[in-house]
Amino acid sequence: MNNPMREDQITTDPAKPAQRMRAGSMTFAAMPWVIAAFALLVMPFVFTDNSAITIMNQMAITIIFALAYNMLLGQGGMLSFGHAVYAGVGGFACMHVMSNTDFFAMLPLPVLPIFGGLFGMGLAMIIGSFSTRSAGTVFAMISLGVGELIAACSVIIVAFFGGEEGVSGDRTYGMPFFGVEFLQQIEVYYLIAFWLMLSALLMYLFSRTPIGRMANAVRDNPERAEFLGYSSRWVRYYSFIFSGFFAGIAGGLFAINYEIVTEENLNTASSGVILLVTFLGGVGFFFGPIIGAIAFTLLQTVLSLQTDLWAFYAGTLFLATVMFFPGGLAGLLMMHVPAIRMGKASKLVVPYIITLIPALIGILGLAALVEMTFHFRHASFGDEEMTVFWTTFDSHTAMPWVVAIGITVVAFAIMRRMLPTLKSAWAEANAAPKANASSQANSSSQGGAA
Amino acid sequence: MTTAALELIDLRKSFGKTEIIRGVNLAVGDAERHAIIGPNGAGKSTLFNLITGRFPQTSGEVRLHGNNLAGKAPFEINRMGLSRSFQITNIFPKMTVFENVRCSLLWSLGYKYNFWSMVGRSPDLTEGAEQILDQINLLNRRDLPAGTLSYAEQRALEIGITIAGGADVIMLDEPTAGMSHSETDYIVELIRTVTEGKTLIMVEHDMGVVFGLADRISVLVYGELIATGRPEDVRADPKVQEAYLGAALEAEH
Repeated sequence: MNNPMREDQITTDPAKPAQRMRAGSMTFAAMPWVIAAFALLVMPFVFTDNSAITIMNQMAITIIFALAYNMLLGQGGMLSFGHAVYAGVGGFACMHVMSNTDFFAMLPLPVLPIFGGLFGMGLAMIIGSFSTRSAGTVFAMISLGVGELIAACSVIIVAFFGGEEGVSGDRTYGMPFFGVEFLQQIEVYYLIAFWLMLSALLMYLFSRTPIGRMANAVRDNPERAEFLGYSSRWVRYYSFIFSGFFAGIAGGLFAINYEIVTEENLNTASSGVILLVTFLGGVGFFFGPIIGAIAFTLLQTVLSLQTDLWAFYAGTLFLATVMFFPGGLAGLLMMHVPAIRMGKASKLVVPYIITLIPALIGILGLAALVEMTFHFRHASFGDEEMTVFWTTFDSHTAMPWVVAIGITVVAFAIMRRMLPTLKSAWAEANAAPKANASSQANSSSQGGAA
Repeated sequence: MTTAALELIDLRKSFGKTEIIRGVNLAVGDAERHAIIGPNGAGKSTLFNLITGRFPQTSGEVRLHGNNLAGKAPFEINRMGLSRSFQITNIFPKMTVFENVRCSLLWSLGYKYNFWSMVGRSPDLTEGAEQILDQINLLNRRDLPAGTLSYAEQRALEIGITIAGGADVIMLDEPTAGMSHSETDYIVELIRTVTEGKTLIMVEHDMGVVFGLADRISVLVYGELIATGRPEDVRADPKVQEAYLGAALEAEH
């Protein structure tokens, strides 16, 4: 009896946001996925050399792992310090399947990651049964303890973890998959790309299911969720199991790609890296960890070729993220959505250029000083020449220091002078909706009260 | 005699040596609107928390439709048909208003721990949630994060979440706390409509708020019910006037 009235109301007011969103929520937004799939297909034609494909493989594996990690951190509000364990165990499981040559000869390689997933999931079922009792500090501490415990097991249970040298194998012993034996990097690339698309899609769809929605609810307010009929603990447990599965898939792909898995794959350092990657990308949006994984892998591979200090810069970036933009890179991007929607984003272009270029020069100047300090302290006697930004000089003379400090100081000074311009441009680009929204809220709360 | 929707039998709760709830007996019938009033610190919220399984009782029984609730977790009690709101607004602040209501529908519509169907493609969820939003007049706030709503709107949403699951016993903990007069009138009217045909138990500080709404009123003072009855009888009761209204009058002066 309520229904006809309600439908009436909706059809008579097609401009209602409710109506629009309703139509939107019914259709699955396929476009981003099509674009992503296409990008994955053509990437090897753009970046053809082997080292680029190696980097992309690593990137894709990290993306899956980071997305799995964000099922806990971003979607479920669980901060884990030991999630590499599930990826690592998945990797070891796949390595052992590979070593079992009779069985492996009957198994097409693309199916192998499922074993990683199942082992990761199985372990998550055991650990999660007690660790998901509560979120917060208790969960974090248990995850850390379990992480250390299993990392320690790797030197004790040598049969499974292979001791210090780990376990290695040969992926080409698998049953040929439509004639493909995965001898070349490019073949492995497409295998990983396939699993990346599949895992990302499944993880996205998971977030749209009742249990996925309740994961958000439990993250926001576990007690309220209990009073809606859901046990917070079971909701967390489900998220944990699924996250373990996809972490295991990532581990399996690692095993296929590198053909060796060691203790390093499951130790606390690896767990820390995935937390860093996910947070850097942004935990608040589904695609955040994807951006984080891409950015971090580039830092790790490209930057590490340029400088020994890459981890120092990655750490600084992480610190800056936590302190200044806790929404991560994804949050930084999404901040601009209101301005873009109103078509006022163009107002920001010039202020951005005049502020960010000096800022970039200043940061590069600082980096040069860091490099010079490092070289000054560590250069062997007689080898006092160094090259920074295509410039070769003697780090033990005063001139380069004066120049570097001068450039840095001047660049930051210019940036500071430009900041007010950027701030006012930002306010202008975002002004209208705020004024609008607050006036709307006022009028309606009055209306509601009347 | 039919079993009461909610029955409290000699319910007691101590924190350490202090007894906060000192033997409460109460039976609330089906579709009755019952208000529990009392001065600050009388134990109203504690009583609520005992009934809904937030704290375990020290002794005594709580019966919902004749079933003993002892040892049941909040989520189990909720599944048995009792739903509650909180004194401090207790919503999912980072989720949209619509998502808040939709989540509160999931269990009652039988989705449980389902991980294979898409909530966006379940018309029963979407329509059910919008119907609730319509009832609480928040349709035009549908896609805003719940944390950005005004206080009165958040309170309305809290009531919406509480009733959405279709529970037949609704418990509201000071639904009008911290509201202006006009907002209070609005919320009282809202409560009246959305709890039509259901058992309502609400805690209130202010007798005026519940006077027109409640079928019966109980007065809780220092952990004991000193009176239960129809509003006008309770108001005329000299014990109540002494213990509660007197204190309230003094506070006003």
